[in-house]
Amino acid sequence: MNILVCISNVPDTTSKINFKDDNKSFDTNGVQFIINPNDEFGLTRAIWLQQKSGAKVTVVTVGDASCEPILRKCLAIGADQAIRIDAIPEDGYFVASQLASLCAKEKYDLIITGRESIDYNGAMVGGMLASILSIPYVANCIQLDIDGTSASLQREIDGGKESLSATLPLVLGAQKGLVEESDLIIPNMRGIMQARQKPLTVETPSDVEGQTTIQNFEKPQAKGPVKLVDAANVDTLIELLQNEAKVL
Amino acid sequence: MSVVVYIESQNGIIKKAGLEVASYGRAIANSTKTALIAVTFNIEDTSILNSHGADKVYNINTAEDSFFNVDRYCASIVGIVEQENAKVVVVSASADGRYLGPILAVRAQAAYFSNVVALPSSYEPFTVKRSCYTNKAFNESVSEQGRVVVSLSSNAFGIVEQETAAEQLTGDYIESNSSLKVTSIDKATDKITIADADIVVSGGRGLKGPENWHLIEDLAEVLGAATACSKPVSDLGWRPHSEHVGQTGKPVASNLYIAIGVSGAIQHLAGINSSKVKVVINSDPEAPFFKAADYGIVGDAFEVVPQLIEKLKAIQ
Ligand SMILES: Cc1cc2nc3c(=O)[nH]c(=O)nc-3n(C[C@H](O)[C@H](O)[C@H](O)COP(=O)(O)OP(=O)(O)OC[C@H]3O[C@@H](n4cnc5c(N)ncnc54)[C@H](O)[C@@H]3O)c2cc1C
Ligand SMILES: Nc1ncnc2c1ncn2[C@@H]1O[C@H](COP(=O)(O)O)[C@@H](O)[C@H]1O
Repeated sequence: MNILVCISNVPDTTSKINFKDDNKSFDTNGVQFIINPNDEFGLTRAIWLQQKSGAKVTVVTVGDASCEPILRKCLAIGADQAIRIDAIPEDGYFVASQLASLCAKEKYDLIITGRESIDYNGAMVGGMLASILSIPYVANCIQLDIDGTSASLQREIDGGKESLSATLPLVLGAQKGLVEESDLIIPNMRGIMQARQKPLTVETPSDVEGQTTIQNFEKPQAKGPVKLVDAANVDTLIELLQNEAKVL
Repeated sequence: MSVVVYIESQNGIIKKAGLEVASYGRAIANSTKTALIAVTFNIEDTSILNSHGADKVYNINTAEDSFFNVDRYCASIVGIVEQENAKVVVVSASADGRYLGPILAVRAQAAYFSNVVALPSSYEPFTVKRSCYTNKAFNESVSEQGRVVVSLSSNAFGIVEQETAAEQLTGDYIESNSSLKVTSIDKATDKITIADADIVVSGGRGLKGPENWHLIEDLAEVLGAATACSKPVSDLGWRPHSEHVGQTGKPVASNLYIAIGVSGAIQHLAGINSSKVKVVINSDPEAPFFKAADYGIVGDAFEVVPQLIEKLKAIQ
């Protein structure tokens, strides 16, 4: 089985978010980049399939050379090879189209994306990729079992979960639940050494255009200080919530 | 030209998020002087949409197919989008809405905007404000595409009433040749979900153990609220994963979020930032949550929460 895991290079979850060039671009100064957490859940699930049934795991990112350290990390975690499509990922449709071109060339049985990236939070690349390829998509995926070419999956829905079935190939949007945090693989020395020998190829992007552009960024307005209520006066809190905030 | 809105429902009843999407769509239809077309599935009585601005309602009966079938729902909505020559299509930010959005956009040859938090600031070209970096920032995004699909963040616009006399029509439930099938669904129907709730009461590790969760549940009950928790609480197995909110959990965009014994780590706040009013109850005055909250009580949850429950019961 051939598995493709789509990896987004995102600022570490604790990063301070700042913008530069007149709020037109993200300020990477002092920001550490990580594998998008949802993608790491997906990668771990793929590695399990590799260990169990010898699946071949390829990771791919659409991005410039600054994304290579996280691809190397994916290789150290256990992916067999990495591909970098050399383009700036400015729009979800553009990324999905680049990934679709790759999937048209190589045949992947299973394509794993993250539920959403924690930078754009678009939750769009997976669904778009599946639609461009005309194959099924399962969002917010929390369980996957594969038997031959049939897959049974679970999707988290508001207030519960849903069980689904489909035939491969398909695209899924991974999130916590597909594997747990404690299952994540921390690369060891051997993995890191091996990763240096594994192939990381750079491909030229295909000729597609995005559909949206970001004009500028803005940070939320600074919030006023918290109004403290004495622990002995919970009445006051209730009254404030009723009459001032008007939420009760 | 028109605006098409997909109105979500549960057991034949239109959800609050559906009315918000209708209200938002109506505001766009008013600005662009076009009609608002609502698409519903399996609704017996769509008359409530008359007071939320619909000019036409297509109700689609899915007959034997009682689950949300993303491919067939999508195909059915695209049919109406094309027939009505819609330039703007609006879906909610529910789990189903965010599932449908990108698929719908590709199939309807539209540009897709998720996490939209306001009305468009321009229609030529279409320009809207979206949240990004897990609510730590916003951006203004633009598309020159002739058609756009918008996923509206919950509680970002609110519900606005406008009387109309909607024409009632029946839409086709279109077949799909996808191999994807929903086989079963497991959903608590007696509990308010985090996604639908106006108020969310959340507990953190400060509650010490699952045996103390009656505090959270009782408070939620008097308030008609959904219950939630921080990540360590679900990792420890004190509460189900479905209650975990934050950057790697569920997003919360309620009107009121009450955090009890939650420190307010940046990853937790990332998921709840778009809630309108935040209240924190924490014994440590230095807890970071106090910087993010609107109201706070420095105190022991085991003393404060029972009093709060009692007082709220008394005024009901
Ligand atoms: C990649 C990554 C992703 C993450 N994603 C998330 C996420 O999505 N959601 C999330 O929640 N966390 C997330 N975290 C974890 C986050 O960093 C914090 O560790 C977590 O939110 C802390 O949970 P807590 O507030 O319940 O516990 P603690 O930090 O232990 O805080 C407990 C609080 O309770 C207070 N307290 C103690 N006793 C009492 C009492 N008797 N009465 C009142 N208050 C009391 C304490 O003062 C303290 O502030 C993530 C971390 C990482 C690294
Ligand atoms: N630049 C990228 N390169 C490869 N995969 C990506 C990229 N951006 C997003 N993805 C994938 O698409 C998922 C959803 O991203 P998004 O639509 O931005 O929320 C991510 O979790 C990744 O799996």
